[in-house]
Amino acid sequence: MAYVAIADRDQHLHDPDTFITKYIWSQDHKVIAIQYALTAIFVGVVALVLSLLFRLQLGFPDTFNLVDPNQYYQYVTMHGMIMVIYLLTALFLGGFGNYLIPLMCGARDMVFPYMNMLSFWVYLLSVIVLLASFFVPGGPTGAGWTLYPPQAISEGTPGIGGGIVLMLVSLAIFIVAFTMGGLNYVTTVLQARTRGMTLMRMPLAVWGIFVATILGLLAFPALLVAAVMMTLDRVVGTSFFMPEMLSLGRELDYGGGSPILFQHLFWFFGHPEVYIVALPAFGIVSDVLSVHARKNIFGYRMMVWAIVLIGALSFVVWAHHMYVSGMNPYFGFFFATTTLIIAVPTALKVYNWILTLWRGDIHLRVPMLFAIGFIFTFIHGGLTGLFLGNVTVDLPLSDTYFVVGHFHMVMGVSPVLVVFAAIYHWFPKITGRMFNEALGKAHFWLTLLGTYSIYLPMHYLGILGVPRRYYAYGDTDFIPASAQTLNSGITVAALIVAAVQVLFFVNVIWSLWRGPKADPNPWRATTLEWLTPDTPPKHGNWGPELPEVHRWPYDYSVPGEAEDFIPQTEPPHAGVVAGRDHGVHH
Amino acid sequence: MSSELTESAGAAALPQGFRGFARDWTADKQTFHVPWGKAMMWIFLLSDTFIFTLFLTSYMNVRMSTRVPWPNPSEVFALSFGGDPIPLILIAIMTFILITSSGTMALAVNYGYRRDRARTAALMFVTAAFGATFVGMQAFEWMKLIVDEGVRPWGNPMGAAQFGSTFFMITGFHGFHVSCGVIYLAVIALKVLRGDYEASGNYEVVEIAGLYWHFVDLVWVFIFAFFYLW
Repeated sequence: MAYVAIADRDQHLHDPDTFITKYIWSQDHKVIAIQYALTAIFVGVVALVLSLLFRLQLGFPDTFNLVDPNQYYQYVTMHGMIMVIYLLTALFLGGFGNYLIPLMCGARDMVFPYMNMLSFWVYLLSVIVLLASFFVPGGPTGAGWTLYPPQAISEGTPGIGGGIVLMLVSLAIFIVAFTMGGLNYVTTVLQARTRGMTLMRMPLAVWGIFVATILGLLAFPALLVAAVMMTLDRVVGTSFFMPEMLSLGRELDYGGGSPILFQHLFWFFGHPEVYIVALPAFGIVSDVLSVHARKNIFGYRMMVWAIVLIGALSFVVWAHHMYVSGMNPYFGFFFATTTLIIAVPTALKVYNWILTLWRGDIHLRVPMLFAIGFIFTFIHGGLTGLFLGNVTVDLPLSDTYFVVGHFHMVMGVSPVLVVFAAIYHWFPKITGRMFNEALGKAHFWLTLLGTYSIYLPMHYLGILGVPRRYYAYGDTDFIPASAQTLNSGITVAALIVAAVQVLFFVNVIWSLWRGPKADPNPWRATTLEWLTPDTPPKHGNWGPELPEVHRWPYDYSVPGEAEDFIPQTEPPHAGVVAGRDHGVHH
Repeated sequence: MSSELTESAGAAALPQGFRGFARDWTADKQTFHVPWGKAMMWIFLLSDTFIFTLFLTSYMNVRMSTRVPWPNPSEVFALSFGGDPIPLILIAIMTFILITSSGTMALAVNYGYRRDRARTAALMFVTAAFGATFVGMQAFEWMKLIVDEGVRPWGNPMGAAQFGSTFFMITGFHGFHVSCGVIYLAVIALKVLRGDYEASGNYEVVEIAGLYWHFVDLVWVFIFAFFYLW
């Protein structure tokens, strides 16, 4: 088998010489990653503030008059859409994907840096278009983040003027941006790994990002198609999704369309989207756990296959979001079955994380705390997913706070905890400085306990039957007065958690400015990104020679070794119980 | 370690069958023996396939959901040259042109690898011209539907409103692809003619453009079958 030394072949890199080409119109994957991350975090903070505004309304309906009912819906909608797509998708794939893929695979950059740069600028455009909807007459759309027609474009829903159109256009632009980036990530992983870096020696973080990007490339088309068709319904007057209907006593010009078609398209995107966010989180958390437990990840091969299997299954579970939509009941049976099957590889991952910790040499540093916190929140979110995946249990819980609690646990809090774990974990490499450990720990504990006090009560409210998406509940027979007390408590917890995030920003900014210089490999990790000649890595990443990989990324605490970790670049040597090398079948 | 294993033991020790396939696929080299641009084009086309598939699936869905009868495509898309109307004649010519353009494109790729710059560029221009003709005829078809037959995206005199909606959306989206392809081919052809690829002697870029072009043709076959023949 002739070795094709692709990574050694000259990859043409542009040579940045001015400030502008270095930091603004940069084609360096690391700079693009930071641009992506900062934009995503900025827009995420906007969404966080929106959530506080509507939480104040919900918690204290008669005290604050910050939002009216229309604004309430608009803020809820924008909060959801921003968090899922413009924060989490962009941060995991555009941010961590960009930063980690070339460094962990041993490449000098993405395969097409220019297109990578375009990806960020188009993403920025989509964010600007999205935020512009706050300033058009009628404001942003208030259709709920799922944008279900016919209500999304019918009178009575706030933002049916410019708001909904800008939202749909922004989504289409985002998809273009994602596609340009995503093609780069997939091609880089497949084609530009360094010598010795077989697919089965890739860190799980890269595996997670890789499979999630494939999911994105196949799932975002559904959102694009849905957005195009709804834009045409709204602007041109077609009836793709609009049935014949009376609205406010008036017969509309629409007729013959299928609202359920939109739901199918939306969730054919929407469910893989859950895993577009979750798989990078799974991968990153696996690496963080292994490094800080000084132990190899338990069942690496199975972890990889679980990621691939979850990714494949995520395309055949979408209608479990639609049990109450009026689709054929036999569909419910099929989709409940596939949904429960997906729990098998997911549970396998959770067991393997726990078994990685088992008898490990656990260092409870800040990234590790967040990673372990993730295991807790993810198990809780996953267990409530079993409730909602079953048709009969889902029916009474549908559209209640149980659902809100579930998806915030599983794809809100859990990925965000991993985002923090990842930022703290790679902060020394990205910035060359150490963060403050004590501030980080305070940030962790307050965030973890705070989010639990927000979302656990929501499950109880949901079982009571409190519906979501209501501006105020008033006096209702089936909702006891105590539910309102709980709602107030949730709001207070949300305010505290939001305030606590200041600790994070203070820590990052202070450490950037005054933090102690970081060791190039402060966690004594094995993967390539820690072995760069410079910290932070310079343009081109590796200096004159590309690294050569000789082993898998999890050689921690190998018996008979002086050090408790063996970098991936370390050649095999005598006298060692060979690290479990997954590149070789004997 | 894998590289040493292969060096010392030689090909005989390599695993066969599925294991060999998996091992080869995950080895420490390019997963596919193609240039980066080509791999990326294939992945893009896979993603684009999903877009067209979902458009066509949505079309089938609304065609079933509407309660108004669907217009008869054989009649709507008929043209008469002085005598009786001939069903689907325009679309048959358009399809023929587009499929012919795939042939000229394949020839261009062939001449590209022979580094015959003049023929490569000429054939690419011919391909682009066929594509432009296709788009022009599509514009004529749209004109005829809009002006003569009163078809609008939101309704038409012959039947279900979704007929016009899906027709303009799907053929428009495909026509957009063809138009992009015409520009793409023209740009690459100019660069071939100028000798931009002589330094490396590498004309893979012609084949990559060809991939896109064949894809657009292939998609048209499906649109043709599902929209005009159904």
